[in-house]
Amino acid sequence: MDKHIATPITAEVTKELHAGDYVYISGTIYVARDAAHKRFMEVLDKAEEQFVPEQQNEAGRNKLADVLPFPLENAAVYYMGPSPAREGRPIGSAGPTTASRMDKYAPRLLDLGQKAMIGKGKRTQAVIDAIVRNQAVYFAAVGGAGALLSKCIKKSDLVCYGDLGAEAVLKLEVEDFPVVVVIDCEGNNLYETAVKKYAQET
Amino acid sequence: MIRTIKTEEVTKNIREMCIEANHYLSRDMDNALKKAADSEQAPLGKKILCQLQENLIIAGEDMIPICQDTGMAVIFAEIGQEVHFDGMLLEEALNEGVRQGYREGFLRKSVVKDPILRENTKDNTPAVIHYSMVEGDKVKLTLAPKGFGSENMSRIFMLKPADGIEGVKQAILTTVEDAGPNACPPMVVGVGIGGTFEKCALLAKQALTRSVEEHSQIPYVKDLEEEMLRKINCLGIGPGGLGGTTTALAVNINTYPTHIAGLPVAVNICCHVNRHVVRVI
Ligand code: SF4
Repeated sequence: MDKHIATPITAEVTKELHAGDYVYISGTIYVARDAAHKRFMEVLDKAEEQFVPEQQNEAGRNKLADVLPFPLENAAVYYMGPSPAREGRPIGSAGPTTASRMDKYAPRLLDLGQKAMIGKGKRTQAVIDAIVRNQAVYFAAVGGAGALLSKCIKKSDLVCYGDLGAEAVLKLEVEDFPVVVVIDCEGNNLYETAVKKYAQET
Repeated sequence: MIRTIKTEEVTKNIREMCIEANHYLSRDMDNALKKAADSEQAPLGKKILCQLQENLIIAGEDMIPICQDTGMAVIFAEIGQEVHFDGMLLEEALNEGVRQGYREGFLRKSVVKDPILRENTKDNTPAVIHYSMVEGDKVKLTLAPKGFGSENMSRIFMLKPADGIEGVKQAILTTVEDAGPNACPPMVVGVGIGGTFEKCALLAKQALTRSVEEHSQIPYVKDLEEEMLRKINCLGIGPGGLGGTTTALAVNINTYPTHIAGLPVAVNICCHVNRHVVRVI
């Protein structure tokens, strides 16, 4: 089914999304990949030493989430490292990178309020469990369609870690950015069901 | 007769090839993707294959790289024995071409200086260069920028001779199945059989630069290519790994003599952005 959603992606939104849905996202999404995630963890580790665990922020979450460079509550994070923008364009080619490299970090961020991940490829059971636990969602964008996807990105701003080059954290404004729900908030996994559906005996 | 080639020529060509390879696919890849869009059975798979074609049109018209992972530059330099190079060291000339191409083409710099310390070199050098000496007075350059979504899913198997062709088939299928959605299917599967540990990997990489419309000249290898493509497309992985009948566009296999005690097999997975440009200077 085709659906249009706007950010922030709340639990009310994810509840209505099912594995296999074709979804167009509009609004703000954040970009981070390997090196940025590694820094997020370092920031969190450091902050953890300073906060008493039960301290909460306005969203009723552990206050730890506030030390990250962008508002994590109900955020969508796009695993991506763009090619450089030509003059007059917001961004270069901008397709998804392999999500499994973020598997180590994703559950912690989901537990702190992140709601959506956009990438490509399989996830571990630990990530799937964290998706269900937090009513989150994992979307896949089409890998290798970076030119096409860049057309849905209207604006791109650097948030932080500019020294990481293509791995910096960005804030994007997107319009009808096309993705497919791969793992929904009930843990249904399109990668498994769809592959079984089209598998043939040889 | 010795022929002199200025290394500036080499640099200039590599620079142009980097830009070309990242914005246009070769005609055989184009055709294969078109054919796949027609034959794909899954509606979502078909939609994705159509988007990939649209993506190629936008890439060429607006000069936006086909994929944001513009790869690590792999170069095959086949050097005629009668060639003499004039200018800087050939290796430097090749890397200078990559440097200029990635900068001027707005391509992503994806190379880190050290695999553990991981500091970006900021100009996508060094390239991975394979030299070979051949007959004649020309230089044939093949540039194949390689994305790592699919590179990471590639495997080497040191099989036993007793594993035979069935063992090879199993190795190929297991690798493709494990790669699944991570390697941006539909894939092109390059296979090297024989040689030594490193030789079979090189054979597999070279196989990826062969046209997807050509088969091996060796009859049993051609049969194996066809059989494996059929079997891979029965796995159900489909475009984007979201289910379908197009998991691979081609299986290209290269072979080489090997040792009495071994049967090395390398499976180099490439995504549908199987980039390669060839020029002869
Ligand atoms: S595997 Fe290929 S298509 Fe996918 S992101 Fe990497 S280079 Fe692009």
